[in-house]
Order: sequence, then C-alpha cells, then structure tokens
Amino acid sequence: MGHYFQPEIECASQEQIRAWQDERLVKTVKHVYDNVPYYRNLMDQKGVLPGDIKSVDDLHKLPFLTKDDLRDAYPYGLLAMPLTDCVRIQSTSGTTGRRVVAFYTQHDIDLWDECCARAIVAAGGTKDDVVHVSYGYGLFTGGPGLNGGSHKLGSLTLPMSSGNTERQIQFMCDLGSTILCCTPSYAAYLAETICEKGLRDKIKLKAGIFGAEAWSEEMRQDIQNKLGIKAYDIYGLTEISGPGVSFECSEQTGMHINEDHFIAEIIDPNTGKVLPEGEKGELVFTSITKEAFPLLRYRTRDICVLTRKKCSCGRTHIKMSKPMGRSDDMLIVKGVNVFPSQIETVLLNKGYPANYQIIVTRVNNSDKLDVQVEMTPEMFSDSLTQISEREKELVGALKAMLGIYANVQLVEPKSITRSEGKAVRIIDKRNLY
Amino acid sequence: MTVKQISVFVENKPGTLANVSKILCQNQIDIRALSISETRDFGILRIIVDDSYKTACVLKEAGYICSITPVLAVAIPDEPGSLFHILDILGQNNMNLEYTYAFITRRQDLAYMIIRVEENEKAAEILKKNGIQLVSQDELYLM
Ligand SMILES: [Zn+2]
Repeated sequence: MGHYFQPEIECASQEQIRAWQDERLVKTVKHVYDNVPYYRNLMDQKGVLPGDIKSVDDLHKLPFLTKDDLRDAYPYGLLAMPLTDCVRIQSTSGTTGRRVVAFYTQHDIDLWDECCARAIVAAGGTKDDVVHVSYGYGLFTGGPGLNGGSHKLGSLTLPMSSGNTERQIQFMCDLGSTILCCTPSYAAYLAETICEKGLRDKIKLKAGIFGAEAWSEEMRQDIQNKLGIKAYDIYGLTEISGPGVSFECSEQTGMHINEDHFIAEIIDPNTGKVLPEGEKGELVFTSITKEAFPLLRYRTRDICVLTRKKCSCGRTHIKMSKPMGRSDDMLIVKGVNVFPSQIETVLLNKGYPANYQIIVTRVNNSDKLDVQVEMTPEMFSDSLTQISEREKELVGALKAMLGIYANVQLVEPKSITRSEGKAVRIIDKRNLY
Repeated sequence: MTVKQISVFVENKPGTLANVSKILCQNQIDIRALSISETRDFGILRIIVDDSYKTACVLKEAGYICSITPVLAVAIPDEPGSLFHILDILGQNNMNLEYTYAFITRRQDLAYMIIRVEENEKAAEILKKNGIQLVSQDELYLM
C-alpha cells in the first residue's frame, strides 16, 4: 500500500470505475456529436447515432480517429467548445506538416494537472517535495504537465525546462530537488554528469518521473544506480492531454491508466478488431472528461498490452505495458516525432533520389539521427566544396522539416541495404523495445 | 591544352581505394597520377590514367559515380622551389587554385603537377608566358 493523490478514485472498485466510464462516455459522445461537425460526419458515415452508445460495451461501434484526422481538421476542426472558453493550446513537437494542436478549457487543465499529481504521488511525492521539472516548457506538454501536477499537489516546483546542464545540477544541489522530471535520455545524461563531477552525495533526489520517449529496463537500472533513486515511467500524448494519461507505481511493472478520464482499448492494427485483455496490439484511447478537445477512439500507434491483474500498490486502474513498438513507421528521436516520409519529401525537393536510410543510435545517452543518401551523377561534382555545400543545404532543409539536427552521410550508389529488392529504410540501433 | 582527369565519388571507408584499383587493374588501365581529398564521410578520388574513356566506362559499370574534369598538367624541375615558383605565378595573376597534386615519373629530371583552376585557358597562357612547360594528354600517355 502506498499514498494516493485521490484514493477514492485511484482505488475505486471495478464497478465504480465502469459506472463512471459508462456515464461519461455517453455524455462525451453526445457532446462531440452536437458540437463537432467533423465527428458528426464520421459517425453519420458509419451509421452510428449518439443514442446507440449506451455504455462502454458500445464503444466498438464508434469510428476510429487517427493522426490524419487531426491534421485534416487542423486547427479548429475538432474543437468542441467555443474558443472563448479555451485557455490553452499545446502542440506536438517540432514537426512541420504533421503538427497537431490541442485545446484546453480551465477544467481540462485542472483534470490534466490532477492526472500528473497522481503520477508524482505514485512516485513517492508529497507537498514537502521539491519537484525539478527539466522537460521542455512551451508547446511541448512535458513541462506544463508536470509543472501543473506539482502545483496541484502543493510541492515546491522548480520550472527548470531543458538544457543548461550545469545550472540544472547546481540548482539540484543548492535547492535540494527531490523528484526529477525529464526525458529518460536526459536523466541518464544528468546522472552521468553528476557522477563524473563527484556530486552524487550533494544531491537529494529520491525519485524520477521519466517519459516522452521509449526507454529500456537496462536504462532504468542505469539511472537508478547512478543517482540512487527510483525511476518511474509516465505516458501520455498531446492529442489526449499530455503526460499523465498513465503512470507507474511502486511496483514498476506497467503504468496505471487514469480510467476515470480515459478508456483504453487494444486493437489489431490491421483489422481494427478489439482484442481481449492481455493480448498485444495497438493502444486506442477515448477521453471521456475533456471539454475542449475530446477524442473518441484515437489510435496511438503504440503497441502495448493491457492487464487488470491486481496491483500491490492498491490502485485498481488497468495497467498498460511500456510501448513495445509502433504500428506505423514513426520514430521518436530526442523526444521529437520523425516520419520517414518527411525525410523523403526533403530529399525529393532537393533533387536527391528517394533512396535513403535512417539510422538512429544513442550516443552518450543522446539520440543521434543519421540519414544516408546515395550520391547521384547529377549531384556529383569534382569540387569537394560544392558537394559539402549541397550537403549542408540538405542538413538545413531536414532541420527545418524535422525540428532536429540530422547528420547527412553521402554514400556510394546502390550501397544502401536492400532486402528482397525493398530498401530497409529505418535502422534503429537503440534497442528501445 | 588540358588533360583529362577522372574524379570518382568514394566513401570514406576501408577497402574503397583497393576496390577501385582492382577494377582498373583488371581492365589493364594504368594510373599515372592519383590524389584523394576527403571529408569525414566521403572523398573524391582523382586519377590521371592512360585511357580516360575506358576508365570512365568500367567505373560506371561497376556502379561508381565519376566525371571527367579538364585539368592542367605542368612539368617542373625536380628541385627545391619549383612548386613555389608555379604557385606564385598563379597567385600573382589572381588565379584561384582549387587543388593541386604532384607526381613523378620514370623521367628522373622532371616532376609533374596537376593544377585545377576555374579558367584553364587563361591559366595555361599565363604559365606559358612565364616559361612553364605544359604537358599534353598524349605526352602523359607515353610516359
Ligand atoms: Zn500499482
């Protein structure tokens, strides 16, 4: 047993959770049907009326929503409240052309903060803790999410944002940070730097809440050992709200989904059929308490397993495994979503062939993105300067498209590995899943 | 009076150079001069051969990307100060040198230099005016 932020919710009976879900789902479906023409269209196309959804058992009748829908509807197409009632916008990280914006009413923010507060308490946090938030602040949901959760809990919040490692560590020592919130790769980097500087005894950290990118069990052990803390995973998507959709408890064997706000399903990514509990498939979320930006059956593309097995922490909400892969080809590099198609677009625009390979590695706990491009007779020149300049131009265009630096490697023609005639586009050497 | 140089795109990895030489050797092509300039990931291999056309063909067939670039070849006395003398002439005449490399042959008394400038004709004229001996493609073939 442990501490809870909202014990009556987090440890509610299955029947109670189910009752909340039934009621809130019906209400949300009616809300979007009445206020969002985009949804009304989708539902009409599928021949479903709000009256057909009487409980969670009817959820499967609703159409899926994908990232493409969110892009089609950009910016206001899925907004379910008048703009005057909205108080915040957040957006998915740095990817032009693939941007998704989400809207929040004050009520939405309050509930999101509560979800994050639950995560901080599950990691051992109380109002006496100093919560050191090194997620990015801004459009990215990481910083604002954990910041809000820490406020809600009444902890002392250090809104550090990302970068400036020197200052991060100094504040950690001087101000006695006890809970660190950031991406796992940055946590690993901080841990290494703290050990190198011999400051391990000067820090008071006891726990870390690390999310926004996939990380392995080995990485968890490494961070825990180096910093002498317990490292907890947290999961979320900007589309659904942000971090705190689910979070790890003391058992560290999966993340409790906040079921009073989100209904989770696992589907077969190819057929869309709902799979029974315990089977591996694509995670689908329906938000049932959001006002401004409720999403019905949103396909996350994350491959997971759900389990209702009793948890030693006392929480009753269903647990999801760490994502074990993706049902699309999206990569998350340095916390930024990268689609191979974006790289392809840049190459074609710049006159390179669409024959490329993306290699992602993790060097010194930081992701590195290499794009190998085959040289062509048109691009070749006897001048090294000219080739290098073209290469630089390509790096610049990729940066503009992806929002992160990609190292371009020009390679000889036909040197990119092809398996059965089809090029292998992505080599992820990080072993994340 | 220019000579033909073959420029080949090569990756900066072990065995690349050996592979190109193997292809040339298998096709009985003789390399007269060779130079490489490289960045971290790739380089340009520049060679002067006895049969430029054949070389370009066999390399292309083997999947290499190459181009033929006209460059200047000059003969210089194989003695101290010769290199400086030529570079100085080019510099004084505002000729921008892109790259240069030297090679020697069986003729003991002379060394040769390959010079790459933007304006070949103008550079050739200036060098000739200063008594520098330019070498033709045929002469290179006969070495
Ligand atoms: Zn638990």
